[in-house]
Amino acid sequence: MASKVLPKPQMHGLLAKHLRFHMIGAFMVSLGVIALYKFAVAEPRKKAYTDLYRNYDLMKDLEEMRKAGIFQSIK
Amino acid sequence: MLATRVFSLVGKRAISTSVCVRAHGSVVKSEDYALPSYVDRRDYPLPDVAHVRHLSASQKALKEKEKASWSSLSMDEKVELYRIQFKESFAEMNRGSNEWKTVVGTAMFFIGFTAILIILEKRYVYGPLPHTFDKEWVAMQTKRMLDLKVNPIDGLASKWDYDKKEWKK
Repeated sequence: MASKVLPKPQMHGLLAKHLRFHMIGAFMVSLGVIALYKFAVAEPRKKAYTDLYRNYDLMKDLEEMRKAGIFQSIK
Repeated sequence: MLATRVFSLVGKRAISTSVCVRAHGSVVKSEDYALPSYVDRRDYPLPDVAHVRHLSASQKALKEKEKASWSSLSMDEKVELYRIQFKESFAEMNRGSNEWKTVVGTAMFFIGFTAILIILEKRYVYGPLPHTFDKEWVAMQTKRMLDLKVNPIDGLASKWDYDKKEWKK
């Protein structure tokens, strides 16, 4: 055990090193999460809305519902 | 009368510590746990006291030798001085163990036991489900929700193909 000489560990600047690593890491992870959310959740949702409302006819929709018999006031 | 006067002094904390010390014969014996103690902690690298409190004769001699130049100490003597001061080295105190296996195993055991209890509860304690959970009722319910066009953008009605009258693939 005494024959092997260990390399000298880092003695100073430990907090600075820790902070730098984790600041950059946190920034990158946040950007990644933001990008993932935008392209997996936000964009598909916006597309779904535009696709629905592009050719949306309210009266036709209500007519279908009336025929299905869900309204209590009109048959 | 006099005794009650003394009690009022105790309540007002008017008896000083020196008076109390004199009552005990001038020697205040602290309990062991109240004195500074030794801890092996990563975040407290230099404990309040040394690990070995009562040195043997050879250890006392070594401590005397420590007062001289340290280059005269041999390797074993340096290690001996270290062991007097500290119980476990950082490597020893930080060593991993297999305790996590016991913890995970015990947790899974008790979760399994709880699962058995829940199965018995469902079988012997609970009454029948309401009629609104029958397959026919749920089918009628879903048909009505599709007629109402519930959540036509992201939810239920968006998954139904109204032209082909079937679920979207």
